[in-house]
Amino acid sequence: MKYMLMMNTPGNGPYQIASWPREDLVRHIQFMKAFARKLTAAGELVAAEGLSGPDQAKRVRAGNGGKPVTDGVFPESKEFLAGYWIVQVDSPERAYQIAAEASAAPGKGGVPLNMSIEVREVMSEAPREWQE
Amino acid sequence: MAALDAATQQQLRALAPEVLGILCRRTKDFAAAEDAVQEALVAAAQQWPAEGLPAHPRAWLLQVASRRLTDEARMAIARRAREQIVVSLVPAEEQVVVGADDGAEVLDDDSLALLFMCCHPSLSPASAIALTLRAVGGLTTAEIARAFLVPEATMAQRISRAKQLIRDSGIPFERPGADAFTARLGAVMHVLYLMFSEGYAASSGDSLVRTDLSGEAVRVTRLLHRLVPGEPEVAGLLALLLLTDARRAARTGPAGELVPLDQQDRARWDRQAISEGVALLDGALPQGRPGPYQLQAAVAALHDEAPSAAETDWPQILALYEVLRNLSDNPMVELNHAIATAMVQGPAAGLALLDQLASDARLAGTHRLDAVRAHLLERAGDLAGASALYRRAAGRTASTVERDYLLAHAARLTDAVGSGV
Repeated sequence: MKYMLMMNTPGNGPYQIASWPREDLVRHIQFMKAFARKLTAAGELVAAEGLSGPDQAKRVRAGNGGKPVTDGVFPESKEFLAGYWIVQVDSPERAYQIAAEASAAPGKGGVPLNMSIEVREVMSEAPREWQE
Repeated sequence: MAALDAATQQQLRALAPEVLGILCRRTKDFAAAEDAVQEALVAAAQQWPAEGLPAHPRAWLLQVASRRLTDEARMAIARRAREQIVVSLVPAEEQVVVGADDGAEVLDDDSLALLFMCCHPSLSPASAIALTLRAVGGLTTAEIARAFLVPEATMAQRISRAKQLIRDSGIPFERPGADAFTARLGAVMHVLYLMFSEGYAASSGDSLVRTDLSGEAVRVTRLLHRLVPGEPEVAGLLALLLLTDARRAARTGPAGELVPLDQQDRARWDRQAISEGVALLDGALPQGRPGPYQLQAAVAALHDEAPSAAETDWPQILALYEVLRNLSDNPMVELNHAIATAMVQGPAAGLALLDQLASDARLAGTHRLDAVRAHLLERAGDLAGASALYRRAAGRTASTVERDYLLAHAARLTDAVGSGV
């Protein structure tokens, strides 16, 4: 079974990480890289990406004639998707365990961020002929 | 680069477990032998299209694989020699060089030992499936990765970890003794059954780029059946896979949507697969050692042989589920038993059975109980109740195809209620 683990951050302005001291920043980035290597070595990582910050995000809708109408900078947003992992695991419990590990990524002064990670199952399960 | 034609590719894959079996027996090093055979398969896929099929494909593969092994062994010895003086007096080549082709009987024993090793119960099912596909099925890591829609590096790691686990836990390369044989055979069959089920997901994706897992499961189960022809449950499993796979073309519509059994175009069912499945079952059942796979195959056969959904022999199916219930404690069997009961005794009887199942923790919160209850409510004429439950089931399934089917069904019922039908 596959799960998407979504890392959300406060949505107002650029990522907070941008204002961290260099040492904290480096520690955080090293953690994330080691985390991805570990998931790959475990044969569990399907995909992982970080997303550019809220200050660069746009919302797009179709306007007249299907032309894109963009809207940007969302000071009112509470949470923003900052990145995600897709993992293939043997149980939901294992997905939660991986999410908890990501959640505890080091923040300022190396203190675990304990950020909220949303865990959603990817709908790739096989359909069954349940009528039989 | 030219590619192998389908027939040659099948031939190559069929040779993989034989070559690996020989090397495993001679080197006692499954992990190294498996890597060497994989490299030989890749070399064959690259060289054969350009240079033509060798006169003796198995000997060719053996030679290439054992040369790789020799190189590996030589390097390992060189490494060790730098650290210690004691070196084997037998040259590396002679430790692994393979003589004339082994007899068919030995090849079969080796293939069986391989299957038991790859499907060892200490491996997770996902790892066992991947390892079986590579070591016994002769598929490349890239092909297996495509089947599971994961990156090749991820799949390579998963396979290598499975091999590490086999090495660390000292799982031997041998046919299990009589006391463990039945249980271990059960583990092999379970892995093959799961591999086949996994293929159902693949067939809902872009089938052009995804490896046909259901087809591979049928192929390896065929091999298993050839190796242990006297095991009726293996024949039952092969029959079940064939009888289920026979409906493959009819179970999805033009847009990839799920078509339920009772609405499938039976003209599109694979008659040859059905005859083969039924023949296997006819050979297995009279042996008087029934098991879950034979019984499920018997149910599948009754569906496949019914000229129309209305002519399905539900009393017989109900009787089979009664026997299955006594053999296994499986909530899916209980659900199917409730459906069969509803078809024979009416929806109220089926719904009463579902009420008893509602407290089963294994079904709590799953979409299957909701979907079956919705189906029976619909048959009982409670369209509004059915529609609501179909929607709840749709919200709980982890299959896109199934969700779309359940939502469309719910919407149709809601429309019918709205228009007063």
